[in-house]
Amino acid sequence: MMMKTKVLDTDGLRRTVNRLSHELVEKNKGVQDVVLVGIRTRGEFLAHRVAKKIEEIENVHVQVGVLDITLYRDDLRGRLDQPKLKSSEILFDIRGKVVVLIDDVLFTGRTIRSALNALMDLGRPAMIQLLVLIDRGHRELPIKADFVGKNVPTAQGQEVKVEMTEEDEEDAVYLIENDEKEQKS
Amino acid sequence: MKLQSRHLLGLEGVSKEDITLILDTATSFKEVLERPIKKVPPLQGKTIVNLFFESSTRTRISFELAERRLSADVVNFSSVGSSVSKGETLKDTARNIEAMKIDMVVIRHASSGAPHFLTRVVKANVINAGDGAHEHPTQALLDMMTLREKYGKLNGLRICIVGDILHSRVARSNIFGLKTMGAEVSVCGPATMIPKNIEALGIRVYHQLEEVVPHVDALNVLRIQLERQKSGLFPSLREYHRFFGVTKEKVDRAPKPITIMHPGPINRDVELSADLADGPHSVILEQVTNGEAVRMAVLYLLGTSN
Repeated sequence: MMMKTKVLDTDGLRRTVNRLSHELVEKNKGVQDVVLVGIRTRGEFLAHRVAKKIEEIENVHVQVGVLDITLYRDDLRGRLDQPKLKSSEILFDIRGKVVVLIDDVLFTGRTIRSALNALMDLGRPAMIQLLVLIDRGHRELPIKADFVGKNVPTAQGQEVKVEMTEEDEEDAVYLIENDEKEQKS
Repeated sequence: MKLQSRHLLGLEGVSKEDITLILDTATSFKEVLERPIKKVPPLQGKTIVNLFFESSTRTRISFELAERRLSADVVNFSSVGSSVSKGETLKDTARNIEAMKIDMVVIRHASSGAPHFLTRVVKANVINAGDGAHEHPTQALLDMMTLREKYGKLNGLRICIVGDILHSRVARSNIFGLKTMGAEVSVCGPATMIPKNIEALGIRVYHQLEEVVPHVDALNVLRIQLERQKSGLFPSLREYHRFFGVTKEKVDRAPKPITIMHPGPINRDVELSADLADGPHSVILEQVTNGEAVRMAVLYLLGTSN
């Protein structure tokens, strides 16, 4: 039996991205030396939306990169199905930059741990900040986001599904109740 | 996404889906090769032994670099000056190495089927780096990756393999892989160097370069083994060059530029003229780079699947 509850609709998601962009600009006192790195797949879409909003607010273009963390996962071995490897596309130097890491859902923190290692292998940034659309709790590592779109308290068996028009039919966030399917990070 | 087999012994019987997965994964690894730190962690803690019973420089270096870039621990073994020269059998060598807790084995051997034999005596994943005149799957995969990069697809591409097809594991692996991917494959060489009934594999046979050149997109020029001359397969290098050497004059008859490939090392001005090898349509060095990416992909896919 599957139950689907909408926790953020199209307008809600747009407003949340707008607020996150403003917070990012405020905290960094502008966006000088700031670059955005989205984690494949929806983190990438989010990063582009945040970049677009920042351009509207500050009239400055912010560079956006995409990070594929597959090679850095701690569950690479022992999974029944291998995740498909895609490449990272970070076409700028992150050394000395403030890197804002962007992902859709923050859950166990393991994805972010992988992303931090992957980033460090690309150079030594001045600082890394974390921006997520949804924080659903249940951390398994000491990781905390700097910018959170919405806190969604969840139970372990639940799943948070972020849909974005770049890949899905609509912009929305759903909370899915699923007894049989194993949840993923 | 997962390969069907836990070994890579050859491309015969490997599905289109598996070849595509390896090539897609290799394309992603190419990005790692462009980074300042060319190292990623997926094979951390895995130990790989490179068992080379036949001399090889570039394949061994390419495998070793690929292994190290995936953070594996690497042991090299070459038969020269080893226990093999003291009369140890392949089975005993393999068993001993296994007792040292090895996870993956890359093997090159002069006998066809040696890698298949290994899979029956050791538990490790086995990768064939060339066995006799049988197969050399990673070479064919890197050739396909290079072609796919250049043309965006393999389906419908027309490839001719030129040279000693009879003794070539590169040719066999290429024929199997390219046919599976929907390419049109032909071979060209002296009658003494073309296996009987090779047409049964669904390929065309030519004995004159001039005939095939107008109908292909790429030529994969094989290295002519100089020692074959002694066995009487061709009278002289000069004569071989005259009839089967790929030269600018012969290639220029084609209506559009032909991509030139070679698995290396090249005998310059024997099977391939120097101006073509270094020319604008040569992808020989791309092949070398792609070789590393393809080997990383194969090692990664096999090494993380269990």
